Formats: sequence, structure tokens, C-alpha cells
Amino acid sequence: MRNWISRRVTIALLMAGGVMSALPAAAEGWEPTKPVELVIMAGQGGGADRLARLIQAIIQKEGLTSMPVVPVNKGGGSGAEALLYLKEKAGDSNVVMATLNSYYTTPLRSDLGVDIKDFTPIARLAEDTFIIWVNAESPIQTLDDYVAAVKEAGGTWIMAGTGTGQEDSLVTAMLEKEFGIDFTYVPMDGGGDVATALVGGQAQSTVNNPSEQMGFFEAGKVRPIAIIASERLASLPDVPTMAELGHPMDYKMQRSFVAPAGMPAEAVAFYTDLFQKVSESEEWQTYAKEEGLLTNFEAGQPLQDYFLVERDKHAAILKELGE
Amino acid sequence: MEIIQHLIDGFGYALLPVNLLLIFAGVTIGIFIGALPGLGSINGVAIVLPLTFLVPPESAIMLLAAIYYGAMYGGAISSILLGIPGASTAVATTFDGRPMAVQGRAGLALLAAAFASFVGGTISIVLFTAFAQPLADIALKFHSQETFALVVLAFTTFVGLGSDDLMKTIIMICMGLVLSTVGFDLISGQPRLVFFDLPGFTGGVSFLILAMGIYGVGELLWTLDQSKASPVLTTARLRWRDIVSGLKELMGTWRTMSMGSILGFFVGMLPAAGATPAALMAYGVAKTSSRNSENFGKGDVRGVVAPETANNAASTGSMMPMLTLGIPGSPTTAILLGGMVMWGLTPGPMLFVEQPAFVWGLISSLYVANVAAVLVNIGLIPMFVWSLKMPFTVLCTVVLFLCIIGGFAANGRMHDVWLIGIFGIIGYLLRKVDYPLAPLVLAIVLGPVMERSFRQSMIASQGDVLTFFERPISAVFMFIAIALFLMPVVRAIRDSRKSPQAAE
Repeated sequence: MRNWISRRVTIALLMAGGVMSALPAAAEGWEPTKPVELVIMAGQGGGADRLARLIQAIIQKEGLTSMPVVPVNKGGGSGAEALLYLKEKAGDSNVVMATLNSYYTTPLRSDLGVDIKDFTPIARLAEDTFIIWVNAESPIQTLDDYVAAVKEAGGTWIMAGTGTGQEDSLVTAMLEKEFGIDFTYVPMDGGGDVATALVGGQAQSTVNNPSEQMGFFEAGKVRPIAIIASERLASLPDVPTMAELGHPMDYKMQRSFVAPAGMPAEAVAFYTDLFQKVSESEEWQTYAKEEGLLTNFEAGQPLQDYFLVERDKHAAILKELGE
Repeated sequence: MEIIQHLIDGFGYALLPVNLLLIFAGVTIGIFIGALPGLGSINGVAIVLPLTFLVPPESAIMLLAAIYYGAMYGGAISSILLGIPGASTAVATTFDGRPMAVQGRAGLALLAAAFASFVGGTISIVLFTAFAQPLADIALKFHSQETFALVVLAFTTFVGLGSDDLMKTIIMICMGLVLSTVGFDLISGQPRLVFFDLPGFTGGVSFLILAMGIYGVGELLWTLDQSKASPVLTTARLRWRDIVSGLKELMGTWRTMSMGSILGFFVGMLPAAGATPAALMAYGVAKTSSRNSENFGKGDVRGVVAPETANNAASTGSMMPMLTLGIPGSPTTAILLGGMVMWGLTPGPMLFVEQPAFVWGLISSLYVANVAAVLVNIGLIPMFVWSLKMPFTVLCTVVLFLCIIGGFAANGRMHDVWLIGIFGIIGYLLRKVDYPLAPLVLAIVLGPVMERSFRQSMIASQGDVLTFFERPISAVFMFIAIALFLMPVVRAIRDSRKSPQAAE
């Protein structure tokens, strides 16, 4: 009895979602014939998951597809589960996957039999940057102060970040190499924990994404030192880039969508158009600005070339790390 | 004074007819989602999130928070009636809730769960309202050392003074710790204990799967074995008179309730913990601190009250870092945070200043949601109790069915369904040889937190174990833990001194 009712509730909600998305079906030509599976390379609640669900919500609100978009989390093994699943789905027109940088690193670090060259690129919506942060109570003001302080600590300087092998640890390794310094790297559960560790004094510095520290920054609890990119951020215009300071380093987290190998051309066109519309929507623009994302849309062959260049870059960093 | 004014404004908004309707709808959805094994508040909130674009953010967050809240109430229902935890947060509720149902006291158990949830929720909202900002600063000072010490303390409440066989308890904890290391290791980034190279193990063993296996399927096999061909029928009735006498009995547990609420609130507030550890710890503390602890696990109403106050208190507690710091205290609050960003709000320390209407509307709505949830829940109890009248042969298939569906629904993997079956058989065998199962569940929930915080502390202190005793809060926790752990040892020595004399 209970189950019957709650299932009805669930179905009703799903239908409500479906009806909303069905209203003004805009695109011409090919349309999905069944609900579109949106595979997420990470577990529920993390940054990648939040972004994918935001995009799902925008698609439904704007009525961009006639079929509902259903997010599915396959975060097992740093996204290995999702990659293997996408490989299995070759030729399927109703599956897309939201990626992050584990799209490169996971196949490089373990032997999955997955070559990302085979997947179909759809669209890149944004790139996220990394910034060196210190606690606002620290006397460090500039990059020079920072490097001097880390050197002074002689390897005991605590840098907190996400799990080993993930983006934060790669950026940390790049910094160690660039400046000839050593950190004590403490891996934590996610960007939120890392940001809190800096404010609570558990960590001495972090390389959080802008969005993860923005709230603390506005409250005057943390100080950005430099952005690890070649251009300044619109939302933090006073933060210098590493290039300006004489250390041309550039590392970004990509937020893209890919599809299984051999997806028919008309379906690829449909999804590319879909994400193009998402990227132009007001909600997306507001969100990207709020979170300090770089919204450089890319699709098709140029995107595939970008993926392959980034993969080589990650292979080099991982080799450097001795993985 | 300022707080009271804000609160009055918030109530003015939360009590608008449309918001009241959303809150009632939310808690009802939440209760059912929570009651379904495998589905918890996180699924409910994630499903409904895209629909919230239809209403203003202040109303949307009320709906989502009401679902979150309702699910905390609902989780207890299948824990009590069927012995399958309805949600991860209600695992501890099965320990005594299920025995109560078997004894024909399902109505009282359900009432206790609802009433305890109400008390836990209300106490923690009051704490939240009064001390949100200062408490958030304390939570920030909780480093990995403090987290580790707290988890050690939680383990010792299960080991120390436990009435179960000490050796067996320790063996079960170790087994749970081993299972908790399966999957990708955060610190080294390497896979560990991926049995037979099955990809399903790379994500680790979910403790909800373990709990559904040993409590759901295992309990089923046990009952079949015990009752052979003539299964015992548990009938329960709930009349107005029973509610009155039940409430009277519950009043007697006020100490357990206040302990559960306060402990739940603080544990829920810590980013590393959440409602599940809170409920298990409250159960441990209630058992340890009671004079007649041997009743626990055999249908003691305090065994239902403690985890149920704690998990509701913790769900409010975990909203505090979300609102004051912009960091999630639980996976569900992480999704809520995502929602807030979608609605154009910036979560973080400035939210209280910049969006007082949103924040205080939400806080007031939690008071309202609590009243709504307890009313809806008590109203539904007769229906739930009635469902127990099913013959065991039918109930048995329902339980199995729910375990399979629930196990699959959680992650959409057949792998988990097979695991439930395997854990069911293991759970049955362990019960046969009289091993306690609660420490196993506790270990798999707290194991990852303990390991991670220990290794983080070791890395940060360059391998100095004394770091746990150098910081005041963690030192206090560690000393209490050591004292509790030594108590059974001391008692054993004392007993062994006495017994030879007795033999002479």
C-alpha cells in the first residue's frame, strides 16, 4: 500500500517533469525517441553532479527536448564505471555524459581498455580555474611572500586538496616543480571540505576553484594570491595571473558533454544545438558568472582536438608525479 | 531580540497558505520516500529539484527541506515494521524497533519514532535559531584530529560496557573496518580490495546494502528458520487509549531524548559526519549510559527513541554549515546547496546578511515542517500497523521484493542486489552463532571517516601520534575513550580475582 502510493508520487513527479519539457519542442529534424540518460562521472552531491543537475533543470525549464533528461550517477572508481558504461553504449542516440578532468586521468591511471578518442565530442560549456588561496589572517600578500613562506617551512607547509590523482593534487605537483618547493599534501573529501579546512586553520593554503571559496572571500576570511591561468577572472579582477608574475602556468578543469562512439550525425547535431542553447540561457550565464567560470563554448572537431591535447598534458603531469 | 523579530517575519512567510501546502506535501512525500528501502532524502530532493523553478526560492527551499525532514521520519517505518532500514539514517532504529514489532508493540514503536523525531527536530531547531553563528565557528575548529577522536569515542561506546560478548564485538568491528576499505582510496588514489576485479567493488561496499542484506534478508531467513512451517503472526492494534499510554511511557525517556537531540545536533553539524553516524552514536551512548543495558536489542523503547531523536536533530544540524558556511553537512544538503546556487543565491557566510528573508523563512519553515511531519506520521500509523496483518508468507515476499528493488534503486546496479543476497546469508549465519550485528554496521559507517581523519592527521603532523593528545578537544575525547575501553578489562580482572575465591 505504502509503496503503491509513493510510486504513484514518484511517477507523478516524473510526469510533471516530462510535461514541462514537452511544451515547446523547438529543434527540427532528429529528436530523442526515449528519455535521455545523462551519465555523471561522479557521485551525488559533488561539484560535477550539481552542475549536471543544473543543466538538466535548465533543459527542462526552457523546454529544449521533447523527452525528459534523466541524470544517472556512475561515480565508481573515479568515473571508471561511467567510462565503461559509455563504451558499452556505442551507437546509442539517447545517452550523453557530463565530464570533468577524470575523463583524462582515469583511463591514464588504470587499464580500462577505454580510449577517449573513440567517444563523440558534443560540447564544452565551461572551464573552471584554480587559484592559490591563503587564510586572510596570514601575513602573505603576494606570490613571492607565499613561495618564501613555503620554502621556509621546509616541506611541512600544509596544502589541502581533493583526493590524490585528482585535479588539486596535480596543480600542487605543478607548483612544486615550478618553484622547486615541497608541500605536505593532505587529501580531503571534496572542494567544500578543503575550503573549510583553510578557513578553520587546518590547512595553510589550497588551490580551490573560485566558486568553492567565493563565499568565504566575500566574508573576508580568505585571500587569493594568484590565478593559475593566463587570463584574469571577471569576478575577481584584482587577482593577478601566474603569467603576469613571470610563471606561465595554466591548468583548467573542463565541464563538457560527450556521447558514445558512433552516435549518428543527426543526433550529434541535435545535442550540440541543445547545449549551445543551454549555454546561451540566462540561468546558465548567471550561474557561470556567480561561480567564476570561463564560458568558452566549443564543439565538434576543435573540442576533440582540445580533449586530446589536454590528455597528453595530463599524461605528462602524471608521469612527472611518478604514477 | 533581533533573532525573534527575524523569526516572526519568517513565520509570516512560512504560514502563507501556499507555503503551508508545500510543507505538508513535502513531508508527506518525504515520509513515503524515506519509508521505501533504498530511497532516501537524497533521491527525493534530487527528483523534485528541477520542479522548484516553478516557485520562488523561499518556497522552493521550504518544499525541499520538508522532504528532507519527512524522510527522516519515514525511514523508521520500514525499520520497525519489516526490519529493513528504510534509509541509511534509520539503520540503528532496526536494532530495537524490529524486536518491538515482533512482540506486537509495533504501534508503540512507531509512535515512539514519530514523537522522538519531533522532539529531536524541535530541540535542534531551537539550538539552531539561537546559536547558529557561534556554533558554526566551533565546527570550523574541528580538525581531522578531533574527528578521529570523536569516532574512536563512538566505537568505544559500543565496546566498553557492552553486554554482548566483548571478543565477538571486536571481531565484528574489525570485519566492518575491512569492508569499509573496499574501493578507491582517497589518500593514495589507488584501488583496494576490489574482489575478483569486479567493477562494482571500485565504488566500495555501500553500508545501506550491507544493512539491507543482514537485517532484511538475514532477518527473513532467521524468522523462517525459527518458526519453521508455522510462522508467528504479529498483530498490533493502536487505539486512542494506546496513544495516550504510549505518550506517557515516552515521557519517561526524556533523558534519552535530550541526549539524542543534543548529540545528534552536534554530530550532524560536523562536515565529516551526518545523520547516520549520529543515530548510531546516540544508540551507543543510550545503551552505555543506561542501568539496564541488557534490554537493548531486545525491544527497548529507548533503543528507538535515541537514534530517532538523533537523526532528526542531525538533519537540522547539517543545515547549519550549509547556511552559515556554504558547505554541505550531508549529501542531501549538498544537493540543496546546488539548488540555492541555481536560484541565484550565493551560499556562504554572507547569506544571513544578504538574504535574511530566505534564511529565516527556511528556519521558521523547519518548525512548521516538524509539526506537519509528526501530524501526518501519527495519522498514518494505523495504516502502517494494519499492513502488519499480512500473513507471514506474504510479508516475506514483500520484504524480499523491497530489498531487491531498494538495492537496485540506490545505484542502479545488479551488483548490489547480489551483494544483498550474500550479506543476507552471512547475516543469518552470524546470528546463528550469536554474533552481534550492530558493531558491524557501525564499523562500515564510521570506518571510512576514522581512517581518513587518522591518515590526514598523520600526514599533517608528519607522523606524530601525539598530535591527538596535543589539541584540547581531541585530547578530552581520547581520554574518555580510553577510560571507556578499559572499563570492561578492569571489570574482567576484578571478576577473575573474585571468582577463584568463590571457587575455594
